[in-house]
Amino acid sequence: MSATPGEPAASRPDLERASTPVANVNRPHVIRIISIWGVLSVVLAPIVYFVWGPHMPPGNMSNVARGQQFDNQVLATVATPVVLFIWTYLGYSITCFRSRGSSDDGPPIKGHRGFQASWLLGTTAIVMALFVFGTYQLITPAGAGTGSGANPIWVPPGYSATAKTNKILQVQVIGQQWRWTFRYPAYSGVETTQLEIPVGVEIQFNVTSLDVIHEFWAQQLAVKADANPGVNNIAFARANRTGSVDVKCAELCGTLHGAMVTTGAVVTQADFTSWITTQVKVHAADIPLLPPYAVTYLPTPDGGYYDPGQDPVPDTSAPTGSPSSGEPTGDTGSPASAAPSPSASS
Amino acid sequence: MTAIRVGRAQRTGLVAAVFAVFSAFVIWTFIHLTHYPPTVAAAATAPGEANITMQTVGAIGTEPHPPWVSYLVQRPNGTWVHTTVLKVPAHSTVHVTIYQYDSGSDLRNPLMNQVQGVGDATVNGKPYSMWTDAIGHTFTVPQLGISVPLPGIPSDAKNPCSTNAPCSPSFDHMKVQFTFQTGAAGTYTWQCFVPCGVAYIAGFGGPMSTVGYMNGVLQVTA
Amino acid sequence: MSIETVDILPPVDGGQPGNPDIETFITRSYWRQPNIFTGLVGAVVGYAFGHWLGNAIAGSYQQVVGNGENNHALTLGYIFGTVGWLAGLGVFNYPARKLLGYQPQAVEENDQKFNRYFRYSLDHKVVGIQYLVAMLFYFFVAGLFALVIRSELLSPTRHLLAPDTYLEIVGEHGTMMMMMMTSAILGPFGNYLIPQMIGSRRMAFPRLEALSFWLTPAAFTILLSSLIVGGFPTGWTGYAPLSIQAKEGMDSYLVAFGLMAVSMILAGMNIVVTVINYRAPGMTWTRVPLFVWSILVTALLMVLAAPILVVATYMALMDRTVQTALFDVNHGGSSYLWQNLFWFFGHPEVYILALPGFGITLELLPVFARKPAFAYRTVVAGFVGVGTLSFFVWQHHLFDSGINPDMRPVVMFTTELISIPTGIIYLCMIGTLWRGRIRLTVPMLFSFGMLFNFLIGGISGVFLSDVPADGVAHGSFFVMSHFHYTIMGGYIFAFFAGLYFWLPKMIGRRLNDRLGKIHFWTMFIAFNATFLPLFAIGELGMPRRVFEYAQRLQTLNDWVSISAYCIGLSLLIFVYNFIKSTIIDDKVPLEQNPWDSRGLEWTVPYPAPVDNFPATPIVVSGPYEYGTGAGPMIVVPAAAAQTTNDAVAL
Repeated sequence: MSATPGEPAASRPDLERASTPVANVNRPHVIRIISIWGVLSVVLAPIVYFVWGPHMPPGNMSNVARGQQFDNQVLATVATPVVLFIWTYLGYSITCFRSRGSSDDGPPIKGHRGFQASWLLGTTAIVMALFVFGTYQLITPAGAGTGSGANPIWVPPGYSATAKTNKILQVQVIGQQWRWTFRYPAYSGVETTQLEIPVGVEIQFNVTSLDVIHEFWAQQLAVKADANPGVNNIAFARANRTGSVDVKCAELCGTLHGAMVTTGAVVTQADFTSWITTQVKVHAADIPLLPPYAVTYLPTPDGGYYDPGQDPVPDTSAPTGSPSSGEPTGDTGSPASAAPSPSASS
Repeated sequence: MTAIRVGRAQRTGLVAAVFAVFSAFVIWTFIHLTHYPPTVAAAATAPGEANITMQTVGAIGTEPHPPWVSYLVQRPNGTWVHTTVLKVPAHSTVHVTIYQYDSGSDLRNPLMNQVQGVGDATVNGKPYSMWTDAIGHTFTVPQLGISVPLPGIPSDAKNPCSTNAPCSPSFDHMKVQFTFQTGAAGTYTWQCFVPCGVAYIAGFGGPMSTVGYMNGVLQVTA
Repeated sequence: MSIETVDILPPVDGGQPGNPDIETFITRSYWRQPNIFTGLVGAVVGYAFGHWLGNAIAGSYQQVVGNGENNHALTLGYIFGTVGWLAGLGVFNYPARKLLGYQPQAVEENDQKFNRYFRYSLDHKVVGIQYLVAMLFYFFVAGLFALVIRSELLSPTRHLLAPDTYLEIVGEHGTMMMMMMTSAILGPFGNYLIPQMIGSRRMAFPRLEALSFWLTPAAFTILLSSLIVGGFPTGWTGYAPLSIQAKEGMDSYLVAFGLMAVSMILAGMNIVVTVINYRAPGMTWTRVPLFVWSILVTALLMVLAAPILVVATYMALMDRTVQTALFDVNHGGSSYLWQNLFWFFGHPEVYILALPGFGITLELLPVFARKPAFAYRTVVAGFVGVGTLSFFVWQHHLFDSGINPDMRPVVMFTTELISIPTGIIYLCMIGTLWRGRIRLTVPMLFSFGMLFNFLIGGISGVFLSDVPADGVAHGSFFVMSHFHYTIMGGYIFAFFAGLYFWLPKMIGRRLNDRLGKIHFWTMFIAFNATFLPLFAIGELGMPRRVFEYAQRLQTLNDWVSISAYCIGLSLLIFVYNFIKSTIIDDKVPLEQNPWDSRGLEWTVPYPAPVDNFPATPIVVSGPYEYGTGAGPMIVVPAAAAQTTNDAVAL
């Protein structure tokens, strides 16, 4: 383009107003797009919700799994018309708004207050609704199966911050490089390599790690909680029916992260009691050697990790105060040594 | 530098040459990356029986990581290989002998001081089901439920192995033997559970995180 | 006593736009100037020195003797190697001369010799081309790693790579893409085009701009060298305490990322100052092209977010070398600290990637729909909104990690709020295409592809922002697919759109249209075939970064791997097109404005004069006045133009 002085444009029909005759040119396109989109949405959204919805991950083997599945269901159903609208519009505009070889410019439409306002209002409304929905679903069922830290605020009935009055069955999940182990404080603090829980009972998973960050993912139970060293991360779930549970690690924790897989099971109460009693018998010689059950574990100065002298969760704190047991305490008396002494150099 | 007139043919040739060099480099890198430590197959002694002999040392002594602890595996012909990739037959009984030359330390998780998932476990000939003293390493296959603590040599041992690996049984060692049953074919990872990656956080870095040293692959082949 | 008067040297003024009062112009042959080869020599010397220094300092540390690795030597080697590289390139010459009181020297830059691309050039156009070639190279190397990953994932039981090698490759692919490609649009297109789009002859800080480029080969080499020293096992997110536990290769990641963060800060600062201060008269904020707006917001994000990354990588290096315990829980540190620091940078980082993608797409839509950009001011507000909000959402990466449970609804709210300004992009798309005269050229195809892909990516982001739904998806391949859709489907597609669009302007060659369309369609189909099933794979239970997975997922994984090879093939078509059109084919005379765009950058011919415009232009209309009958964007004063100076101060 040569640099000649630009001529002032004669008229500037840049703002579309609904009352101008130009609106009649828009109407056929609007009608066509809305009808195509409307038909597709009305057909597909119910299919997504009713047909696909009940089969969406993570299934409904536990109350929190059903909650997460419901979230997926609702989100997918809300997303369907949104996606369909953009696809319909893109397809329509590629087909109908082509230049077809002409080098004319299009109409100089720079904005449309009505459309812009409705768009912003619409997107805001959807976002607000999803936020309210998501928060509600996070509160019921308690924490939605996600790791809620050491002091969860949305808890199932029977929960108490003090161990003595906490009526929920505790299962501690210990992540270490590279396998999962589980401790049951109610059963002598036995540590097992298998996860078995009774059906229909609220379970409190106390997830912690002995070394680096792992993530406990019990897929069918829909429990997902990071295992941080020195931190207790609590998640709740109640299984609805018996079945097997795939337990994996969902946070990269080193070379064998992909092998940190085990299979657990949800069993009947009776089966669980008999299993755990057997486990206590099998590990009877080992239980006294394990550190007392605590919600976090810190290493000893000489390189081993579990500290038999670790203070357990205090049983007698005041009901209003939250116990500090969840925090990594630097004052257990272990001196901060620079490096574990080499134990195996020859 | 004055402009050099490069004709179309020369440009094509130049591009092809660069492409060839680059591709060769890529292929070489790929081959280098897929380099695995060698696989050692268990010696088949009888149908349904196989033997494996391994040793664990406190410092491998050879480049690229001389101070690292390591496993070594013995081939059926007697040579020691610096690897942790094992091959055993399916549906068989595997007899394992491990010469443990390293001193012991605390376990990260005392649960690992139990012998699990194997039979006929002996230390220097004496049966054991648990080891409460210092443990050198473990042989653990989590996916098969196998875990065997390998006791450390006593702290007052007079003749610890001081040469480069492989060590010979004339040095102080603990001889561990056990058997396990293999099921259907599959590939499993195995590792040591003693935090013996010295000077790495939590003791699980370095050799503990490197195939060929303290973790490996167990291939059960039909 | 009277005060003597003496003659003084005339003042040397090098700080303002306009003419620095340079006295000496020197012409030196290429081999007598600092260039890439002297840079390499400097790098080697610097590395050797640093390595020796590290050994001297730390060779007898208990940690070093115990594990047989010397992090100090490697880190110091990298740092001194980078300093040596920059010194060899001549980066420090001007500051050193000024500090020592000498007059700065200038080198003739008006020669259009090819070798100026291989030295520390201060011409923003040269830097743009350098960035372009470099970014394409980094992209393809990182893509090759991706193919290795997909080859490993063909089978859950037969392994091509050892588990630790697999993690190294995963880390290399992710880090190379996220780290190097941050400047993939801002570097080539931002640096080349912004001065031309705002009517300026130069950038505000040419030295910083060039420095930001020359840091990238250093970072790339350091990152790649990690493979030699054992790689890093943390993936691109570098989580502590695993990063503290890792072998030597982790230092490569930390140093390289720190260098790239510095590069980002410099590039960002340069662009912010240039756009604010160097706009031509008449280029009001409402006439600034949308691409420039998006790059401006991106640059602000870089300047504000990248320093946190420098801090975080520095802390991790300190933990690894001198054993501070910032991330080590056992000695009073916190494993949450790295996560929060990293994601405070990391989340704006992904908007640093997304915004230029939006910018290019919305810049191209008016050209190829022949209509003004719809709702221009709203879009600008949207860009600013996305940029601002991006700083308030980082904890959505930490939903399951045990953060204070009160925070989760708050962060869910802010994250979902971001979809509103992001939605404005689609508002603009809808309005701009409405009753337009769409020309389906290759750049337009890629823009459509970007809009299609980013929609899927964005919607999956809404799933991830909902905490219960995130409970299923976090840490799984669902997240992988989400960010590949937004970053590769959005940003990379927009990158190709910009490349096809602006290449005639940047190097005077046009990529073959037929091959371009084949490239688009194969890449689009293969891309969707690769990443759409990954949503399902993630929801069905496959975590990220694993080398083993459930047998039932093998068929899906095989489909994905084969589609990934198809992406590779489609990119080979692009490489062929690019090399053929730019290097092999003879030059054909090209019209100056092949796309018939109103943009100001198209008024600058190729080869571009050093000062872009013959005189400072006066802007009289905006870039999107299609259909209004407005004339060209600028007028150039016919009176004597300001004296231009062809040389650029060294």
